[in-house]
Amino acid sequence: MFVHNITTLALRLLKAAKLPRYLTAVVMLFYLSTTATVGQSTQAATGGVVVVQPGAPGQSNKTLPSTNTTPPLGTPSDADIAFMRGMIMHHWQAVEMTALMGSRSHNQDLLALGKRISISQTDEMGFMKRWLSDRGIPLSDSADMDHMEGMAGMEHMKSMPMMPGMLTPQQMHALKEATSEQFDHLFLVGMIQHHTGALSMVKQLLDTPGACQDPILFDFTSDVDNTQQAEIDIMRHMLSKEKQ
Amino acid sequence: MISKSSLRSTGNRVAIAFALFLVSSALSFGQTAPTVYVNPRSGSDDPRVGLKGGLYDAGQAASGLELVTTTPKPGIFAPDLAAIAAANAAPVPPPPAPGAPRGTGPRGPSYGGTNSDLAFAGKYLFSGNYMGINFYDISDPAKIKLVTSLVCPGGQGDVSIYGHLLFMSVEAANGRLDCGTQGLPLAPDQAPPPSDPLANTVPTVAGTPPVRAPRPPDPASADRIKGVRIFDITNIANPKQIVDVQTCRGSHTHTLLVDPKDKDNVYIYVSGSAPVRLAEELGGCSGGDPSNDPNTALFTVVVIKVPLAHPELAKVVNSPRIFSDPQTGDANGLWKGGNHGDGTQTTSATRGCHDITVFSSMGLAAGACSGNGILLDISDPVHPKRLDAVSDPNYAFWHSANFANDGKSVLFTDEWGGGGQPRCRDSDPMNWGADAIFKLKDGKLTLASYYKMPAPQSEFENCVAHNGSLIPVPGRNLLVQSWYQGGISVMDFTDPTHPFEIAFFDRGPIGVGGRRAGGGQWSSYWYNGYIFGSEMARGIDVLKLLPSKYLTQNEIDAASQVHLAELNVQNQPKIIWPENFVTARAYMDQLIRSNALTPEKVSALNAAMYKKKTKQLKALAVSLDKDAATCTPEDADRIHALAKILAKS
Repeated sequence: MFVHNITTLALRLLKAAKLPRYLTAVVMLFYLSTTATVGQSTQAATGGVVVVQPGAPGQSNKTLPSTNTTPPLGTPSDADIAFMRGMIMHHWQAVEMTALMGSRSHNQDLLALGKRISISQTDEMGFMKRWLSDRGIPLSDSADMDHMEGMAGMEHMKSMPMMPGMLTPQQMHALKEATSEQFDHLFLVGMIQHHTGALSMVKQLLDTPGACQDPILFDFTSDVDNTQQAEIDIMRHMLSKEKQ
Repeated sequence: MISKSSLRSTGNRVAIAFALFLVSSALSFGQTAPTVYVNPRSGSDDPRVGLKGGLYDAGQAASGLELVTTTPKPGIFAPDLAAIAAANAAPVPPPPAPGAPRGTGPRGPSYGGTNSDLAFAGKYLFSGNYMGINFYDISDPAKIKLVTSLVCPGGQGDVSIYGHLLFMSVEAANGRLDCGTQGLPLAPDQAPPPSDPLANTVPTVAGTPPVRAPRPPDPASADRIKGVRIFDITNIANPKQIVDVQTCRGSHTHTLLVDPKDKDNVYIYVSGSAPVRLAEELGGCSGGDPSNDPNTALFTVVVIKVPLAHPELAKVVNSPRIFSDPQTGDANGLWKGGNHGDGTQTTSATRGCHDITVFSSMGLAAGACSGNGILLDISDPVHPKRLDAVSDPNYAFWHSANFANDGKSVLFTDEWGGGGQPRCRDSDPMNWGADAIFKLKDGKLTLASYYKMPAPQSEFENCVAHNGSLIPVPGRNLLVQSWYQGGISVMDFTDPTHPFEIAFFDRGPIGVGGRRAGGGQWSSYWYNGYIFGSEMARGIDVLKLLPSKYLTQNEIDAASQVHLAELNVQNQPKIIWPENFVTARAYMDQLIRSNALTPEKVSALNAAMYKKKTKQLKALAVSLDKDAATCTPEDADRIHALAKILAKS
């Protein structure tokens, strides 16, 4: 903006001086060749903000216009969308499993862990749905929502293929029928299987070319990985105590 | 569980037995969890409850803290104000209908690149961001000035500074060597992955996880950086990227380590949490189970050596096995769960550290590492050795650590939910997503209490324990800490068994009218008299402490006289206070507060200090030292420190 205005002014002055046209061009060329550096140093000297994009090591930097604005939310890759949709379903089952605990388990430590898992995965389902909505992505590409609604009742899941680690209808049935120590054992084994599946989903996403370019999604996958790995550790430890 | 070196150092059988008891009790949450103090949640009359939402016009509540200024994120880092205003003006849109074409309909607005961690050098503040780094001149904290915006995405952009060297963590999938903003998207000639998550899932028999058909691996990219970028900022307006030190799991955070014995090099401890890269992309990387892959990039941290004469030659010099079993050498020595039947074996274990705080003056580091808090002996920086490891049933995710200045306690945080979730609601337990404070003695950690920012927050505010630093008030352990949208909480953990809040600052949610937006304080650090907050969406906050019933002006003055030339909070400096009357008055105020000094003695001290009567002061010092015998240990320490100053006057 600054350079442009001064340049316009310079042109006017040169016109007013009634110099021959070729001489005007020569003067302007000389002037323009100096303005780029003059413009930059003026900016720095007056305390203006420098926006610099460093090059790779050994490469030169670029100066960016300070008027650049933030880019809008990017378009997720197909793998990103598939991951989030699948993980919503995956989380749903963990919440279903923890909902069974209250009337079946008497192990206070396990109940506390179950509560923690339930809170975590319920919040994260909301987060994942918002992430999709904020990017204009529906929960399903199919107008038939049966399989999403079906997650509310495990009976519907018998007919659907599952995400990695999800308990089969038979496993869920066995969990529902169990009580006390038997329930605790099936819960631990089942939830470890479930969480392990979530870790493999994260790994698969991050191994997919071009996936997970959105830092918000990347952070979310890191959290799924960290939290569920730590919970697996705790559950495996509980299992080892159970055997003693 | 206990390293050989610590066994040697403890010396006798009783000590060994006791140490074993401590570790086993810390790990035996399968039976009974230890009952320790948890600070209470405040009531609905807390002024932080129900604050009005908004990006820049949210309601505020403060006590003992004053917001001096807020500087919004600049240019390419800034929130999209027009889009936010438009979204707020319209009713909350329903989610896209199932089957609706992708990418149509209203979108959520962008709140810009996320601000992350902070580093300080002289008059400059370096504000990390997922999009790069902003350099601010903070000579006048009431009017901080942006000097340089460095655009260089890669997340999470944690920063450290040493002289003219600026370090930056990169772990996300979009980090490029050339600092390009385009990321590393799928090339047009590559086949897109299947869009249906279920398409390549093979249903299996009961009891086994479904098997997936293999996908093509991520093509190795020569443009990718995951690791630590090093910039030369000799010219503050024209930083140069001089080297990218690549690591197998990137750098979620990093910690600068300055070895007092080594003037030629500095070291960087890298905590990486990204999945292990392909060997095709970075030679030597493998991510197998440690039982059959001795070079696995799991179960380790990375040590980078930076030669100061040639920082461009910085490279990885070690990947110490800090989780290993000293007896068997098994790299996974802390959580050997064993085989408990089908499906319980995890093959994708990703053990590592999230953050490490080094306290070189004691030769110690505290690592917040996945399921453990770890204490390391760093007297040889390249070969850190584990002294102790603790775990806790309430801690799913150990995040970061701070040492008390006297080294007698360590505070760890639990970033339950990774920072993106609202974990300070009335319904969230006070010992989850909290700080856990441990006593530290003879290289061993013992859980003493939990602390959580006490004000219940709404479901619209992501909130959990996050980064903080000590406020250098002599005689007390004070921490200023970020709680994301739970704001800033200043707490006293001088008595590690009973932490309590002494000041706070909070805003309402960023989103208005039931809309959610992530943000809040990432880091809040004390630097030379002020608190600098890195608000992820709103920008840089500068705050100052105000005197209150919990803190006197004398104590604030004593903290403000501590001047650091550089501050990287995870390279925790040892504070040594000048032995002067400013420091003395802080101790006196503390002794008055706890009734350890009689009013008569206080007036005698004040009179003698006012008139600088050296003889009287020396006599008072002698009598004070005698008083110390009947005080609490904390007050006794204060009295001795006070007497020492008076005796020297």
